[in-house]
Amino acid sequence: MNIVVLVKQVPDTWSERRLRADDSTLDRDAADAVINELDDYAIEEGLRLQEAHGGEVTIVSMGPQKAADAIRKALSMGADKAVHVTDEALRGSDGLVTSAVLASVLGRTGFDLVILGSESTDARMGTLAAMLAERLGVPQMSFASKVETDGSKITIHRQADYGYDTVEGALPAVVSVVEKINEPRYPSFKGIMAAKKKPVETLSLADLGMDASQAGLAASATQVVSFANRPPRAAGTIVTDEGDGGAKAAEFLASRKFI
Amino acid sequence: MAEILVLAEHDGETVKKVTTELLTLARVHGEPSVVWTGDGAEGGRDRLAEFGAAKVYVADSPDYADYVVAPKAELLAHLVTVKAPAAVLIAATSEGREIAGRLAVKTGSGVLTDVIGLAADDAGGLVGEQSIFGGAITVQSRVRTGTPIIAVRPNAVTPVPAAGPAEIEPVQVEIPASAKTARLTGKVVAERGERPELTEASIVVSGGRGLGSGEHFALIEQLADSLGAAVGASRAATDAGWYPHQFQVGQTGKTVSPQLYMAIGISGAIQHRAGMQTSKTIMVVNKDPEAPIFELADFGVVGDLFKVVPQLIEEIGKRAEG
Repeated sequence: MNIVVLVKQVPDTWSERRLRADDSTLDRDAADAVINELDDYAIEEGLRLQEAHGGEVTIVSMGPQKAADAIRKALSMGADKAVHVTDEALRGSDGLVTSAVLASVLGRTGFDLVILGSESTDARMGTLAAMLAERLGVPQMSFASKVETDGSKITIHRQADYGYDTVEGALPAVVSVVEKINEPRYPSFKGIMAAKKKPVETLSLADLGMDASQAGLAASATQVVSFANRPPRAAGTIVTDEGDGGAKAAEFLASRKFI
Repeated sequence: MAEILVLAEHDGETVKKVTTELLTLARVHGEPSVVWTGDGAEGGRDRLAEFGAAKVYVADSPDYADYVVAPKAELLAHLVTVKAPAAVLIAATSEGREIAGRLAVKTGSGVLTDVIGLAADDAGGLVGEQSIFGGAITVQSRVRTGTPIIAVRPNAVTPVPAAGPAEIEPVQVEIPASAKTARLTGKVVAERGERPELTEASIVVSGGRGLGSGEHFALIEQLADSLGAAVGASRAATDAGWYPHQFQVGQTGKTVSPQLYMAIGISGAIQHRAGMQTSKTIMVVNKDPEAPIFELADFGVVGDLFKVVPQLIEEIGKRAEG
C-alpha cells in the first residue's frame, strides 16, 4: 500500500507565538518549531497500516528549510522516505493555496491513502482534508478515531459531538485523524540513526510546474488586514475557601444572573 | 440589500441555536437566505422567520444525510453560482469548517474559519475577526478572491430576534457521483443524558487532573446538571481515560465560547486555555493558588474542590427552590 503522511512544522504551543509586524505572517523565529502534535498520530496510523498491509510510508511536508527537522523526526519514527516542498514564494500561503500545492505533490507521488492530522495547532482551520479530497476527487475520511481497510475498501469512525459516525468508501482516500486513534511511538535510537540515511526529495514550485504567482501571500484568497495582541483580562476576584467557598461562588453566579 | 446565504444546522425539525446566531450576524450585512438540507424545513421555518430569514432554500434529498460533507458543498456551490450572494455563513463546527473548505475549492473563494465577529470595511467588503494562538492575538482578515466564505464560531454572537418572511423556495440540485464517495453507514450516540452540546452550551463545566479519577466526574456532571450546562474535560482528564475524548476542551479538542465557563481542578496549561479563553465569564476552583488558570478567572476559589463544589451545588439547589 502506498501511504503518504502529511506533516507540518508549527510553532511550539508552549512558546510565545507571534505574527510579523511587516506582513502579518507567522513569525517563525519567535517560537521553537516542532512537528504538529496531531501529525504524530497520523504517522503512527500510517506505520500501523503499513505493518498490516505492506508497502511504503512517504512523508510529505510543505514548509521552510528548517521544516527538514520535522521530516527527520517523522522518518525516525519509521517512515521510509520523504518529499519536502520548500520555496521562498510559498511563504504566507493560505489554506486554499496550500491544498493546491499539496494536491500537486500527491499527483506526483501517487497514493492509496493520504493521512494527516485533523488540524494544525497554529492555523487550526481543520479544512485541509476536505480541501484535498475535493481537489483529488477521492473519498473524504476525516476526523477518524478508528481506521479499517482491506486494501480496497475503507471504513472509519468519524468522531462527532454526539459520539461517532461510521463512514465507508473505496481507496484511494484522504484520512484525517484525531488523537483518540492511537498512541504514537517514540523514535528509537536505531530509528534516529537510520533516518539520517533515508531519502528526502526536495521540490521547488518550479519542480511542480507552478510559478510564484500561484503561491504565497500574493496568490492567497484571504488577507490579514490587521492584528493586535488581546488585552489581558481584568483581574478577577480570588477568594480562599474558609468553609464558605462554595457559598461565595454561588453568590458570584447569582450576581451575574447565572442562577 | 445583498443576499447572504446561511447554512442551517438542524436535526430534522429543530433549528440549532448557532443558526440563529448566524442569522443575527447576516442581518447586519445583508438579507439572509437560509439553506436547508434534507426534510423538516416546514417545522423549522417559524424559528428562521423569528430571526429574520428572508428566504429558505430547501434542498430536500436524503443525499445530504447519507454522504459526508461533499453534497452540502455541492449545493452551496450551485447557489453561489445562481444567486451570487455577498457571502456564505456556515457554523464553524467540525463539519461546517469542512463544508466551507470544499466550497472554497469549488468556487475558488477565500475562506475564514472560526470567525468571532464581522464588520464592513470602507469599500463595503466584509472583515472577519478571529482569535488565534490560544486567544493571545486578535486578527482582522478579509477575503479578496471570490465569494467570502465565513465559518462562524458558535456562541460568538448573541442571537437577537427580528421578524422575516422566511419564504420557502425549493431547490433541486443533482448531486454527482463524485460527491457521494464517503457514505455514512451508521451513527453511534454516546451516553450524555440530556445535556446541551459542548460547543453550543451557554454554560460549560469542565473537570481536570484535580478530579483524580473518572468516578469523580460524577461531581462535575452534578454541578453541570444543576446549571443546565454541558460537561467538558481537560486533556489530562481525557488522556487518563476519566472522561470521553469528544468532550476535551483545548488545543487538540473543542474550542468553546460560552457565557460562563467553570474550570474545576484544571491548572490552565496553554493547551487548555486555547480552547476556552474567549469565554465571557470564567470561574475557577483549584487548590493551587499559583495555577495559571487564575489569571483568567473573573471569580476564583482557592480550595479543595471536593468541599467547594458540593457546597456550590447545594447553594444552587437552595436558590432554585427559593
